[in-house]
Order: sequence, then structure tokens, then C-alpha cells
Amino acid sequence: MTLTQSDAHLMSLDAYVPLLGAPEIDELRALAAQLSGRTVQMVNSTAMGGGVAEILNRLIPLIQELGLRPRWDVITGGEDFFEVTKAFHNALHGGPYHARKENFDLFLATNEMNRQRLQFDSEFTVIHDPQPVALIEARSWHQGHWIWRCHIDLSNPNPEVWSFLRPFVYRYDGALFSSPEFARQLPIPQYLSFPCIDPLSEKNVELHPECIKEVLERFGIDPARPIVTQISRFDRLKDPIGVVRAYQIVRRYMDCQLVLAGGSASDDPEGEIVLEEVRREAKDDPDIHLLNLPPWSALEINALQRASTVIVQKSLREGFGLTVTEALWKKKPVVASAVGGIPAQVIHKHTGLLAHSVEGTAYQIRFLLSNPALAHKLGEQGHDHVRENFLITTNVKRYLTIFLHSLSQS
Amino acid sequence: MKNPEHPFRFVTVSYLTRIGNQSATTLSELRDGLEKCSDASVFYHTFQSLGRYHFLTEGFSNDFAQWVLAGLNCPMLAEQLAAPDIRGYLTLSDMRTDLLRITDEYCRSHPEEVDRLAFEPFHFLESIEVTIPQTWEAWTLEEFRHWLEHLSNESFHYHFLVSRLRLGLRTNDFSVWFENELGLQPLAQLTNRIDVYTNTLEGARAKLYTFIDRELAA
Repeated sequence: MTLTQSDAHLMSLDAYVPLLGAPEIDELRALAAQLSGRTVQMVNSTAMGGGVAEILNRLIPLIQELGLRPRWDVITGGEDFFEVTKAFHNALHGGPYHARKENFDLFLATNEMNRQRLQFDSEFTVIHDPQPVALIEARSWHQGHWIWRCHIDLSNPNPEVWSFLRPFVYRYDGALFSSPEFARQLPIPQYLSFPCIDPLSEKNVELHPECIKEVLERFGIDPARPIVTQISRFDRLKDPIGVVRAYQIVRRYMDCQLVLAGGSASDDPEGEIVLEEVRREAKDDPDIHLLNLPPWSALEINALQRASTVIVQKSLREGFGLTVTEALWKKKPVVASAVGGIPAQVIHKHTGLLAHSVEGTAYQIRFLLSNPALAHKLGEQGHDHVRENFLITTNVKRYLTIFLHSLSQS
Repeated sequence: MKNPEHPFRFVTVSYLTRIGNQSATTLSELRDGLEKCSDASVFYHTFQSLGRYHFLTEGFSNDFAQWVLAGLNCPMLAEQLAAPDIRGYLTLSDMRTDLLRITDEYCRSHPEEVDRLAFEPFHFLESIEVTIPQTWEAWTLEEFRHWLEHLSNESFHYHFLVSRLRLGLRTNDFSVWFENELGLQPLAQLTNRIDVYTNTLEGARAKLYTFIDRELAA
């Protein structure tokens, strides 16, 4: 898939100037001027849905606007291939998995089919995630610069799957990871590249107060009383029951409401079970709002985050935690667990508060509800942190920098 | 104000962060890491962290101090590690020596804390600097002020703070040009005294605008 008219409606770089200032955008142009006309190929496994496709949808038009010649290719494969890669994905996250030889054969055959189908002649090729990792076979002897962008946590991978993938990874010029925690000891250079949010997307753009009010009314949430919110799927790793228990402790001391809003659980049997467990824990408390939202609820999530007094992310395990990024961008005080990519975002006592238990989470929520001035300051500083590090424009800058660095090394 | 022989040449800078294979989960491992890590790593966790977190003007100095506080809960050592002012260092090896000395002294006086596990590990990262000369340059103070407004925070940080390591002097690119090319020693001194620990980079830049405007009005 190449950049087409479907992207024409997207915001141009100038639209980011009011948020970031002209110098930051001018600097992107200065860096890109050194790369004018250079070809870039991004390859991933899905055109729609998922964080990677969401980022590429924004990244590609911006890189093109800056004068590079980007191309985005999506690999194809049968359901059986994606079942294998889904199993690999879970296994790379540390889950148990016993791979069979035919799984590996199918993986290689599908990569080979895509190698023959796609054209690989760009100066910079960025392969996203494990699914297309074997496309490195398409590289002629030291042709172009090949980078593997790994969006998943590789800190504790299933040894069998990692042993299979590792020889392909070693042949890249470098690898990008979302957090130092997610990286492995590799013989190729590894760089840090934080995931990002688009401040102009429906989920993050500034909303009119009337719109926020309307969403609260629709869900029966009282705008006049403090609102504590966690946005996440109903998944045990997000510890929604822990959030309810923390809220119950807070309620012994002060008035507040709890909003637990997550994605649709209709296609996820475990999600339904977890939601039911949370309902039982909530014990018909009218101030606990369990919102099972459909996937097209970006605006509602935006409104709920903006209406919140405190935002919680009490995950037991986390990827990068972009819901935390979204909350910080909206200048909200955040209480979050110190897991995954969260400590990179929540610098304790500077851009939010970290907690390690239900009791600690409850204490930090109470602390923020009792100290609105400090909560405000944390929110402001959290916003600045996101502006400097976790926006789509920073992501563009990082890619330009790695391309420039790669050229200087060749 | 004299006519300059050389213009001020602005640079655009951008950094890549390289993930090293070194991390620490205890104070003793931090100490070893400090001793063995590259200069690029000392730079990343001190000079660059001040730029990365310039919007934090209270209680944040460098990554080592922050981790010792948040990860190890050692406020006393955190304060001590936060104390070295990057403006006082002309080489990264001097900075490393001081950080090591502070850590060693603390480990000696608090042996019970040396092997205590942290809440989260500290990862030693490195900066890779990519610089691009800007197409614009300043021949007068008016031009300088104009182009300064076009400089990103990262590039301002490069000229204002990182320059010390490049120049090997207790000054910065701006002050050197004010003094050597324009003969404006007082402006050079005022600029060099701007406190980056209690100002954001925007705040530091606003102070610089004020000093320049005062000079232009004089």
C-alpha cells in the first residue's frame, strides 16, 4: 500500500505549530532537508487496527510532506500464518508455547511469498515487529539500511521462538525498542524509540466543554464530584479489581466516583469474565461506572479522560501504556504502577505518582484529591513531558535522526 | 559593539538514544556501571537529562539522582548526586569522577543499603548526536535575536550547555560570540550566569531575550 488520496485529509505539519511552536517544526524540516528525495519503506502486518498501523497512518504522510519518498507495504498471509504469528507474539511476551516445525515452516514460507511479491529497493527499510522479520532475506549484500522496529516486550521471550527469530534480527543494521526494559542483549545497535500519540487525533484533540458534559450525562457521571478513571480493556493484567479496591479505600476518606472504561469485550470471552468479576467486586455501588465501550469510542474516551480528576493505570504488566500518555497530554494527574513503559512516562513526584500496591494506589489517589494544586502541577509537567518525548512529531524526528545517523555510518 | 569577523552559525541538533547492555538493580551495580559506562552514557544521564527534563525546575537534576530517589528510596544520596552542576564540568570524565566519589562515600557509610534491590532497574543509555548546520547565520545582535527565536529547545540546549564540553571552557557558544565577535563582555557574562536548574529552557531563553533587548536599547 502506498500513500494515496485516503491520507489527503490528514493534518499537515503546520497544524502542529500551535501545539509545539514553529521552531520544533522548522527543525524537522532542517533535518529532513538533508534527506530530501531519499526513499523509505515501512513494512508491517496490518493496514488497519492496532497501534503500529495507527502510527504509520500518521507517520507516512508527515515524512512525505518533509520531502522524503516513503512507501508503506503490508504483508499478506493466510489465517493460519496470523494464528502462528499471534502465538509467536504471546510467546515473545513470555507466555508458554511449544512450536512445531510446521509453524516455523509456514512463517518462513509466508515471509518468502511476501519477499517475492514486494519490491525492496529503498534506501531505508524499516520492518515492524516479528511477523515480517524474515524479509531481511530480501536484502542484497549490504544494500540500503535495514532497521527492525520491535514494538513488543522482548525482555522475557519464549526461548524456542526467540532462537528461531534471532538469526534474522542479527542481520539488521539496528533495532528500535519502545523501552530499555523491552530490549535484549543483541550484537547489533539498539536504539530507544518511544511510542507516541497524535495530539490532533480524535482521542487527544481539545474538546469543547459541552461535548465533555454531554458524554458525562450520557453515562450518568456527576461532573460536580471528583472522578477517578482507569481506561483499559477488562483484562486481569490491567487489574481492574485492584482499582475498585483502591477506590473503596479512598471512599472511606473522601467522596469520589470511579469510572472503569474499556474496549468492547464481546469478542473476548475472558474479557466478559473479567468484567463480570469487576461487577461483583463493585457490589452495585452507584458511584462505580463500568463502561464497556465499542472500538469507535475515541471521542468518549477523550471526554472521560478530560473530565477526570485523577487518572489511574494500575496495570500488573504493561506494554508502553499509551493510555498514560493520553492522560498526561490532557494535563491530568496520574497514579500508575511502575511496570513496562510507565516509569519512562510517570517520573515519580514530577509528572505523576507511582504505586506498587492497592494500598499505595489508594494513598496516592487520596493525596492528589486532597492536594489539587500539586495535582495540577503534576498534570502540567506531565503534559510537557509528553510534548517533548511522546508525540508523533518526536517520532518523525527520531526516524529522521536514525536515517541521518545510518548515512553517517555507511 | 564591534563588527564581527565571523557570524554566529546556528546548528540543529538531534539525539538518538542507544540502549546499552548495562543496567543496575542495586546501588553497588549503579556504582560499577558509573565506573564502566561510556562517556556518551554519562552525557545522556547528566547533560542531556537536564535538557530532556528542562520543564522540571524543582528537585530534578540528573537520571542517577532521580533513580536513587525513586528506585532506591535513598533521598540523602539523591540530593548529593543532584548537587554537581553540569556548568562546572568541562569534561565528562571529571563529572564521572565526582559522581563515583559521591556514590563510593555513601556506600562506605551505608553498607546496609548497597545491595538492596531497587523497585525498578536503572538502564545505562547513550546519546548519539547528529548535528546539521542551519542555513541561516547572524552577523549582528539583531539578527542573532531574530534567529534565536527559530531555534528549537534541543538546539538551544546544544549551544548553551553542551558547548562547554566542546569548547572546554566554562562558557557557552552564545557568550563566546558576544564577547569575541561583538565585544560585549557584560552581555556574555550575564548570559553565562542564566541558571538552567531553576529555569526551563524557555525561561532561560526568555532571560536571554531580555538581556539582548536591553543591550539593543542601550
